[in-house]
Amino acid sequence: MSAWTPVCRLADLAVERGAAALLATSGEPEQIALFRMTDDEVLAVQQLDPYSGANVMARGIVGTRGGELTVAGPVYKQVFSLRTGRCLDAAGYTPRYGLPGDLTTYPARVVDGVVMVGSTGETSGGMRG
Amino acid sequence: MVAQRLVEALRTRDTGTWRVTVFAEEPRRPYDRVALTSYFSARDASQLALGDPALWEDPLVTLHLDRAVVAIDRESRTVRDRLGHVTPYDALVLATGSSAAVPPIEGADLGGVFVYRTIDDVAALRGWVTAQEAEAPTVRGKKRPVRGAVIGGGLLGLEAAGALRAMDAQATVIQFGTHLMDAQLDLGGGQALERLIRARGIDVRTSTATAAFRPRRGTRDVGRLDFAGGGRLDADVVVLATGVRPRDELAREAGLEIGPRGGAVVDLTCRTADPAIYAVGEVACIQGSCIGLVAPGYAMAEVVADQLLGGQGVFPGADTATKLKLTGVDVASFGDAHGRTPDAVEVVWADPVAGVYKKLVLADDARTLLGGVFVGDAEPYASLRPLLGGELPGDPSAFLLPAAADGAAKPEIALPDDATVCSCNNVTAGTIRAAVTEKGCTDLAGVKACTRAGTSCGSCLPLVKRLTTTELAKAGVAVSTALCEHFDLSRAQLFDAVRVVELRTFSAIIDRFGRVPDGADGPGRGCDICRPVIASILASLGSGHVLAGEQAALQDTNDHALANLQKDGTYSVVPRMPGGEVSPDGLIVIGQIARDFGLYTKVTGGQRIDLFGARIDQLPEIWGRLVEAGFESGHAYGKALRTVKSCVGSTWCRYGVQDSVGMAVNLELRYRGLRSPHKLKLGVSGCARECAEARAKDVGIIATDKGWNVYVGGNGGFTPRHAQLLAEDLDDAALVRTVDRFLMYYVRTADRLQRTAAWIEEVDGGLDGVRAVVMDDSLGIAADLDAAMAAHVAGYQDEWKAVLDDPEKLARFASFVNAPSTPDPDLAYVLERGQRRPARPGEREAVLVAGAVLPVLPVRTETAR
Repeated sequence: MSAWTPVCRLADLAVERGAAALLATSGEPEQIALFRMTDDEVLAVQQLDPYSGANVMARGIVGTRGGELTVAGPVYKQVFSLRTGRCLDAAGYTPRYGLPGDLTTYPARVVDGVVMVGSTGETSGGMRG
Repeated sequence: MVAQRLVEALRTRDTGTWRVTVFAEEPRRPYDRVALTSYFSARDASQLALGDPALWEDPLVTLHLDRAVVAIDRESRTVRDRLGHVTPYDALVLATGSSAAVPPIEGADLGGVFVYRTIDDVAALRGWVTAQEAEAPTVRGKKRPVRGAVIGGGLLGLEAAGALRAMDAQATVIQFGTHLMDAQLDLGGGQALERLIRARGIDVRTSTATAAFRPRRGTRDVGRLDFAGGGRLDADVVVLATGVRPRDELAREAGLEIGPRGGAVVDLTCRTADPAIYAVGEVACIQGSCIGLVAPGYAMAEVVADQLLGGQGVFPGADTATKLKLTGVDVASFGDAHGRTPDAVEVVWADPVAGVYKKLVLADDARTLLGGVFVGDAEPYASLRPLLGGELPGDPSAFLLPAAADGAAKPEIALPDDATVCSCNNVTAGTIRAAVTEKGCTDLAGVKACTRAGTSCGSCLPLVKRLTTTELAKAGVAVSTALCEHFDLSRAQLFDAVRVVELRTFSAIIDRFGRVPDGADGPGRGCDICRPVIASILASLGSGHVLAGEQAALQDTNDHALANLQKDGTYSVVPRMPGGEVSPDGLIVIGQIARDFGLYTKVTGGQRIDLFGARIDQLPEIWGRLVEAGFESGHAYGKALRTVKSCVGSTWCRYGVQDSVGMAVNLELRYRGLRSPHKLKLGVSGCARECAEARAKDVGIIATDKGWNVYVGGNGGFTPRHAQLLAEDLDDAALVRTVDRFLMYYVRTADRLQRTAAWIEEVDGGLDGVRAVVMDDSLGIAADLDAAMAAHVAGYQDEWKAVLDDPEKLARFASFVNAPSTPDPDLAYVLERGQRRPARPGEREAVLVAGAVLPVLPVRTETAR
């Protein structure tokens, strides 16, 4: 996890509202969703919503469940942990196209007002990596 | 009706022992005769349909329409029908009902003298009145109204008089007895009712016998009535409503015993002396008399179904309770309304000014309830009637007095388990309690589905709800109205709380009203349930643009993008077309935009045009062109007013009686942008043909020649509902005021995602309660509701125009924060019927790919290096 890619300025992100970004490392750029919290921490997960197959996670509603920061899938309302990517509530659906039901998370940090995202994705369940 | 119920009951319980053949005299399926008067306003016989039509598709059920049975052969156990077909039976049930009695008055055979019993009777009466109206002479520049007389001041007579008034005819009710509804009401109640009936423009003559109907000169059509005591009355139409006579001719000819006033005599199992023949409903003479009410008929149907299946059910005795459904007049009576029981005592509350008369009849212990009469305010009826024969808890007068100003509570009534709550479906309080305690129902909808209580006429629903709630509370099942894990308040409570304390940000609201979980130091940051609810509340309270400041982060994706999210992550765009009206130029602009952006184009059910496949980064450009052409947001994405659908109305239509498009445009412009607990749809029809399908809308408005009728609580979707009549013959201003208040009352008090139909069922007092609030300001909040709507109308701005004018809001429509105009590279489409649609998984290789150019990265981070 050595490569940090600058993606945007913190000021480009609205508080508690996601934004999609392209993460160019090597090969195809990855689509990620960035979330700026009330304390200006930034969390990053995959932009692909496994339950709809559409690239929309950044457009979900941010909130908490039992103290855990969450984002709700905007299409079929699954709830995911923003920190671990784990699906906390599948809302009665199964993922599309055999996709893993949890989200890949990306390490993210803010340096001098710039949002940096780690180049290596991780999943909570270790299903892919 | 009773035959339909019998077949339904039999088919519900029987596993295939019985094959049922129904011979119907009329050429239509069984219909709801009780609601016959509604045929005047609806004019659609199908709306009177009873039960699930699938019953008649059952392979074990055969329905022969227009094939009355003409003879019974008890020897060979066969019946012969009108066409001469002979059908054998193992069991025969007579459910021939009754016919309207024609009194032996001279001239009863003249033209223009009608009975009031079947759809055909009602249709003929309506045709006659319409014809008379056309012929009526003009007096001093005004058409003389058609003059109607109704013979008989009972339930049916009053309904008929109401129907005449609904057709703009004058109506005079001629009652032989001393007061109206003398079978059900005592003198005081009858006199109170007379005042209320007169207030509805219906004249009443009591203690009057009609001696003869006289024809108009030179015709065989009725022209006037001569009364036995002298005096006369001019009339162009007469309705006979003097009673009914059992249709017992088949039973007579078959040699079965006939009661003293007609009807086939049956025992408590509804069986005649012939063990293979039963009689139910009005044709059955049970316990010595025929009963002309539907509830006892249904009870008999259930008894026979039970007997046929080998059960031991017997008729429980007639519940002769009555509740008059003449719009606007509350009348109810039950039990010994006349106080004929020896030593009975009566407790009476009368307020002639308010037109209210209430009476309880008690046994000599002054506790045991024997009966009651309610005129002008039938509110105590639903809870008192089931106590018939039982002891009243507390002071009887407390049940009759109007709600005290200091809010002193009425005594709580604990119904005995055997008290009938729903008399249409014969459901007792015990059955409803058991639905909760034994069958695990946890809400009103579950109890309704499980017991069928409240599923026919619905008048008992408030009581069913109260029983359900009480039982749930007793069982320790917390009836939680909490919104979600972050708020213990319901949406309605939260709405009031936010309104009263004037908080206008999510953080302030959750800090003040949010629930702090055990062990946590704060209430959390909400979720996808409470955030959009608070966004909607703030929008309803007029808190500026939905994307302003912190509010933006509360919105569902649709509200956030001001467009409707589709399955592939693109959006659809719907410009507003008020009333479904659009100019050719407007259509051309929309067509050009759709062509330029390659949008899939489809006409919606709400009379407007939906453009699919717009990427989030394309929305501002598309809307820039739409706004420039004069279009504005259609709020198709919001829990908000969607459309006001209209038919073309009197401006073009040969049949229209009001300008329905004009009214629809007016209403759509008035309520556009109004955020609500769920989507809102309105409809306006220009005449009773109802081409706008307004009764399938939350608010349906149907033109009459005097103004507008307003229906509320309709919807399509998963559970389709017809809207119910809220108010009649309103002028334009009264219509707007009524709809204003109805919508605002709903916006303030409904639960999250509760359509108006479900809200009306749940809100205090049901539809009558809503009517009282909206029409009579019973809660004293009308001025407040009016002011709130006025503020909404004054504060409206087009959401899309405001976005286009604000660079900060525009920035939200970037596809990627670091590549704002680079399209999502995964979007792929194929052509179908000349337009594009999202590619399916197997098609992704051979497709037109939407963003062929790969973005250069990173583009916005130079300063960071």
